[in-house]
Amino acid sequence: MTFDPSYKEQGLKSVGTRPLRPDGVDKVTGRARYGADFNMPGQLVGRVLRSPHAHARIVRIDTSQAEALKGVKAVVTAADLPDQSNGDAATFAVLDNCMARKKAMYDGHAVAAVAAIDASVAKAALKLIVVEYEVLPHVVDVDVAMAADAPVLDETVFTTGVEPAPKTPSNVANRSEFGHGDVEAGFAKADMIVERNYKTEQTHQGYIEPHACVANCNSDGTADLWVCTQGPFVYRQVCADLLGLDVSKLRVTSSEIGGGFGGKTHVWAEPVALALSRKAGRPVKLVMTREEVFRASGPTSATSIDVKIGAKKDGTITAAEATLRYTSGPYAGMWAELGAMTSFACYDLENVKTVGWEVVVNRPKVAAYRAPSAPMAAFAIESAVDELAHKIGMDAVDFRIKNAASDGSKSSYGPVYGPIGIGPTLEAAKSHPHMSAPLGENQGRGMACGFWFNFGGQTCVDLNIGADGTVTIAVGTVDVGGSRASLSLITAEELGIPYENVKAIVADTSSLGYNDMTDGSRGTFSSSMAAISAARNAIQVMRERAATMWDISVDDIIWEDGHAKAVGATHDNLAPLSVADIAAEAGNTGGPIAGHSELVADGAGVSFGTHICDVEVDPETGSTRVVRYTVIQDAGKAVHPDYVEGQYQGGAVQGIGWALNEEYVYGADGRLQNPGFLDYRIPVCSDLPMIDTQILEIPNPNHPYGVRGVGETSIVPPLAAVANAVSNAVDVRMFHIPVSPPRILAALNAQAKG
Amino acid sequence: MRYESPATIENAVDLLANSDGHAFVLAGGTDLLVRMKGDDFNASLVVDIKSVDGMGQIEETADGFVIGAAVPCAALSEHAALVAAWPGVVEAANLIGSTQVQSRCTMSGNLCNASPAADSVPAMVAANAQARIIGPDGRRTIDVADVPTAPGQTSLAKGEIIEAILLPKPGARTGDAYLRFIPRTEMDIAVVGAAVNLTLDTDGTVQTARVVLGAVAPSVVVVDAAADALLGSKLSEDTLKSVEVACVAASNPIDDKRGTVEFRNQVAGVLGRRAAAIAFERAGGQS
Repeated sequence: MTFDPSYKEQGLKSVGTRPLRPDGVDKVTGRARYGADFNMPGQLVGRVLRSPHAHARIVRIDTSQAEALKGVKAVVTAADLPDQSNGDAATFAVLDNCMARKKAMYDGHAVAAVAAIDASVAKAALKLIVVEYEVLPHVVDVDVAMAADAPVLDETVFTTGVEPAPKTPSNVANRSEFGHGDVEAGFAKADMIVERNYKTEQTHQGYIEPHACVANCNSDGTADLWVCTQGPFVYRQVCADLLGLDVSKLRVTSSEIGGGFGGKTHVWAEPVALALSRKAGRPVKLVMTREEVFRASGPTSATSIDVKIGAKKDGTITAAEATLRYTSGPYAGMWAELGAMTSFACYDLENVKTVGWEVVVNRPKVAAYRAPSAPMAAFAIESAVDELAHKIGMDAVDFRIKNAASDGSKSSYGPVYGPIGIGPTLEAAKSHPHMSAPLGENQGRGMACGFWFNFGGQTCVDLNIGADGTVTIAVGTVDVGGSRASLSLITAEELGIPYENVKAIVADTSSLGYNDMTDGSRGTFSSSMAAISAARNAIQVMRERAATMWDISVDDIIWEDGHAKAVGATHDNLAPLSVADIAAEAGNTGGPIAGHSELVADGAGVSFGTHICDVEVDPETGSTRVVRYTVIQDAGKAVHPDYVEGQYQGGAVQGIGWALNEEYVYGADGRLQNPGFLDYRIPVCSDLPMIDTQILEIPNPNHPYGVRGVGETSIVPPLAAVANAVSNAVDVRMFHIPVSPPRILAALNAQAKG
Repeated sequence: MRYESPATIENAVDLLANSDGHAFVLAGGTDLLVRMKGDDFNASLVVDIKSVDGMGQIEETADGFVIGAAVPCAALSEHAALVAAWPGVVEAANLIGSTQVQSRCTMSGNLCNASPAADSVPAMVAANAQARIIGPDGRRTIDVADVPTAPGQTSLAKGEIIEAILLPKPGARTGDAYLRFIPRTEMDIAVVGAAVNLTLDTDGTVQTARVVLGAVAPSVVVVDAAADALLGSKLSEDTLKSVEVACVAASNPIDDKRGTVEFRNQVAGVLGRRAAAIAFERAGGQS
């Protein structure tokens, strides 16, 4: 049956309600099984030895003493993970990051690993591995790394995207450019121009659950991996590629997930655990410590961004330009490119140009972090927009409304928009009571907008109807934010049955077709589309079964309110058949009833949000307290409003932490100084007010219920909203995130000195 | 690793004195248990003192308060007489960690952990608190200020443990206060701490004062110049400014992940001034 995903307005019974989530009881009672909760008989403890140096050639590794230690069952180095990338640079980078080959590229880079019978033997074995390093000059700062005299990390990196191609290697991996029009001509028409440099520091996703897995390689070439991941199918593919396994022989089962935020879309120690298991011939459990998580997994880019925006006195932006320099860790990435694409996406601009520079540095390999790269770009752009509005003498919201993109606008990164939510979120902000609430002493208000692309992708769902008429849907997108509840609601809606009669489970990689991972805010969007399609297929089957039961033509049967109903003058005295009625007879009418769907979920639809933030700053200490915060975002259709609000709040809180205190602090030796939650300061509950939310519902034309992804956009505006609020509170413009107390006091002191 | 939970203090001392040097005292454990998870930590013996008779008691005597080494900080805030006598000490002890941590952590442990940023130590030093130590050679009592000698190091000899913290009975018209700066609201380590303890004369002027800074030097800093500025005053604007200037001058911090030298110096002055004002008000002073 051809599936029509287009939006149709209809009365909804389940979608939009707020039932309890199916995974809630297990999580609050401690029964839920996270990555480290899985165990196998005879499993070994895996541990990783990491480089203490930011940049060092590995001269020699001697593992003999560790191998001789009683209780050690395997020691692996890069030699046990041979390069099978066939020249694919991205695959090689993942491999080299999992286990350093010739050089350690950052403090915390894995150089060897052990599997032993218990934790104390594994710990002792790590101390017996001798690694001889030749320490090399290192660089961690993005601007310093771009300088001509910077130590070059990789002699094979020649900047791509520039003409003519450079003849000497550098730390700049790639240049990208987006935009349209003529910015120079645009600036010439401007009455007012703001031109500034902004910096943001590197942050970590800060997921509470560290990376954890159990790997088991069997002698017949099959293998199992139980792991905390956002994407079991992607982990399967990447691990199989790195270890030279057949994809079909590796089965990956995802655990419950204690936060990922993009950091669990990449593999870290999982290939190492598989390599240890392969060598030891026993299952290996590998759980990263918090320190390892900070030193060797997933941070976002540190950035340095130049912004120039010009406007006429009436508030029309005439030209906008940004140059974005993003660190990517030791390997080339596309993080600046994403920043360059998102920079001016909120605005309808005649002349716009953005340039992104990917810069390699001696820091951990950068990973996706919730709307990756967009928050930093938004901080720079929305700070400059705010300052420009101020200079012109226009209200910051009105200035943005005047320049907001809308249906038909050509975006700064290329595509022409359909119906979008930036204008409505700004209008909602303008009329929100928060915007006109009085401010107290030492308080300031800021606001900012944000954009994220959203993604759909490959999706596969199985829907099975049990003999009692209850329904199971098996999905391949890991539930990171309540999607099992949302998908159950949507399935219930489509079939016309109660929410309680649907159970959603996350299937393993051997039980379902390929699914892209839970990223790009796609989990609910894409899997619900597949679930609707599967439900419609199951309805077709049930109509056929009803036709058999009644011995009438299927064309005379409609599906309504969870029942097969006979229509037409000759049949309308037949009592409708429920799902349970039809399921009970399935054995006599053709066997089990199921619906299946595989599709590419196109048309995710771009997402926009506007945030308002009030802060109070102690001018003597720089201490900043967020006193009120409001998130306004377009959800298309909020399937389960609690979890939509949860996403809005969670993103805002992560952004507030990033804006105020979170940062990787490196010593002069290139070592990370704060690899723990004590000194890497994410906000605690008492730091925050209740985050107020306002859900706008502008239906996505490409989803049957109008759903858009909601997971990521909420982290995009907070850096700028908080910085604008602080700047307004202390009357000094802040250019460097985080706006920590020492930075605020330094800025105030500098201003006092003139 | 061996875990022992002796019932008597003598037994605890014996265990520690006869250990191989990798022995640790466990009171609340809020520092020790975290350290034990680190790869570089090696312990052969842990002596839990919570079962030792009297260690969990707060005793009010004619001279003051005897606070057993295993008394959790949360219990201090439930002792009405102690709160009335030393509100600054009690609030300092109850800024450590979080509510959960405070139900386990102890002031003795905070002292013996010997962190320059310990919250309870500046307040105890300002209050002229002493530590009663027991060891193989018997008991001795020293000023709290003399326990930590450097970050992570104490003057306690092998086999010695703190048995109790002794706080004097405050004189009439005494007030104390402790303030600390952290970028968050809890679960953080002091970037700067400032404690003030002062007593007023019958005419309402400051008769004695102690001003103590934490987290701005390897050990706590007793700021005599700030105390001198307070003496004889009723905390005029000028006096408070002098306290601030003296605290800034006495502050001798390092640049690290928690704050810069410039920031710590400036905030040491601000907190010293603010703590003095609170202590003065608690003593019944009127400017």
